[in-house]
Amino acid sequence: MTISTIAEVKNPILSLKDLSIAYDKNYAVKNVSVEIKKNTVTAIMGPSGCGKSTLLRALNRMHELYENITTEGEALLNGQNIYEMPAIKLRRHMGMVFQRPNPFPTMSIYDNVIAGYKLNGIRTKKQERDEIVERSLRDVALWEEVKDSLFKKGTFLSGGQQQRLCIARALAFSPEVILMDEPTSALDPIATSKIEDLLVKLKEHYTIVLVTHNMSQAARISDYSLFMYLGELVEYGKTKNMFTNPIDPRTEEYLTGKFG
Amino acid sequence: MESIHALKSQDHSSGRLRKDKLVLGGVIVLSLVTISPIILIIWKLVAEGYRQISLDFLIKNTPDTFEAMTAVANGELIPGGIANGIVGTLLMVVLASALAIPIGVLTGIYLYENQGSFMANLTRNISDILQGVPSIVLGLISYLWVVKHITMGFSALAGSVSLSIMMLPMIVRSTEETLKMIPESLKEAALALGVPYHKVILRVLIPTGFSGLLTGILLGISRILGETAPLMLTALGSSTINLDMTKPTSAIPLLIWEFYNDPNMIGLIWSSSLLLMAMILILNLVSKQLAAKRR
Repeated sequence: MTISTIAEVKNPILSLKDLSIAYDKNYAVKNVSVEIKKNTVTAIMGPSGCGKSTLLRALNRMHELYENITTEGEALLNGQNIYEMPAIKLRRHMGMVFQRPNPFPTMSIYDNVIAGYKLNGIRTKKQERDEIVERSLRDVALWEEVKDSLFKKGTFLSGGQQQRLCIARALAFSPEVILMDEPTSALDPIATSKIEDLLVKLKEHYTIVLVTHNMSQAARISDYSLFMYLGELVEYGKTKNMFTNPIDPRTEEYLTGKFG
Repeated sequence: MESIHALKSQDHSSGRLRKDKLVLGGVIVLSLVTISPIILIIWKLVAEGYRQISLDFLIKNTPDTFEAMTAVANGELIPGGIANGIVGTLLMVVLASALAIPIGVLTGIYLYENQGSFMANLTRNISDILQGVPSIVLGLISYLWVVKHITMGFSALAGSVSLSIMMLPMIVRSTEETLKMIPESLKEAALALGVPYHKVILRVLIPTGFSGLLTGILLGISRILGETAPLMLTALGSSTINLDMTKPTSAIPLLIWEFYNDPNMIGLIWSSSLLLMAMILILNLVSKQLAAKRR
């Protein structure tokens, strides 16, 4: 690990210490140490297969769905090791948004937003539920568009609206961190720019970790960037610095399009 | 010269057209051959059976031979109906479903969750073999298990057990196939909300695949509705409505067999078959509708 990979962050919400992830002893992520600052957008960049999605999924332990996957090192959320707390509890603090919009097809828009409460059997009063739904949908700028059709199926919405619905579903729990796995890669440019604007607003209340293939997207909306290559963290720092003055030659090559 | 040329080219194209028509004709004829049995069957059932269909046919028990003989001799319709068979069939099918659906659905979920594991493969293969076991053999097994040891005599319960074993592999298969068709992303979405695994299955996967599950169940029911052989060894039959699961019970296909063996009752064969056929047809159409809705 070289000095270039360490960015100075005060009071990190999330800190990874020598985190390695292996599928059957093939390391997909190697010794990553990163501190992620509260109320920022942090972008994870890198070519396909560099381990960025694996790293993201390890942060809310979705990687445990696969067999024969092991983690070494630590990941601390507010100082607590996430691998020592129950996965179910952790996931309520770490919302996740996926590559393709995946609203529950049997549920209405309203039920999709409140799904986290409903499926977990958390009892709430009707008024409370209404408030959560309205707040979450306002947060993703979807309220005005769907307030008259809250009880229609979520799958009737357009792709971009569906993705915002999925973000609202993640926000309903008021998580501390929202993990996003290429959330705009299945969307058209207009829907993409709406979501990008949204992320910049959301960081007031949440911390966002975003995996993206799209370098200009990282440049537009992220405060900090992580560049990964072949499972290693090559460079981590303020996005502005990394894009204007990358320290590692591999970062420069990637950013200028020489590989990736 | 020119006209000969034109004629020739016309000849050429008409040759191709003729070939096209020939093939089309062949396809139509073969399709008609395929669907003609079902049309002929339904036609025959309706033509021969409609006269006996009435309210009495649905709510009265089977007549005895003497009543039927008198009616036939006087050129009247055979009195009575097949209520004992309808009730028996419904009773046994409901109990068979109550036994097979929970076990089948849970097994299907197990197979879906453990793709590739040794036990799951073994279970899947055994379930496939079970599907191929002749129904009369299932009747024999149920005779040994239930008739000989549990109800100490022919019973509706024994009939239900043999029918439920028949239904089981169909439900297992359709549950697994339905769950496999649900995108992985929905499971991930629910898990990412911190939902425990069993609730993901019960409250996300099953509701999402519900119409698929229902299709499999309805096809399973329509399969056992017309089963005769296992019931001969288990439920035996009864000339009155019986609601006691431990007593011999009638069923529509059993009655058809009985009518066939009694020269005075022949008039009831067709109407009973018509009713049975209609029930199966409706179930099939409903399940087709459900399957179409899924896509």
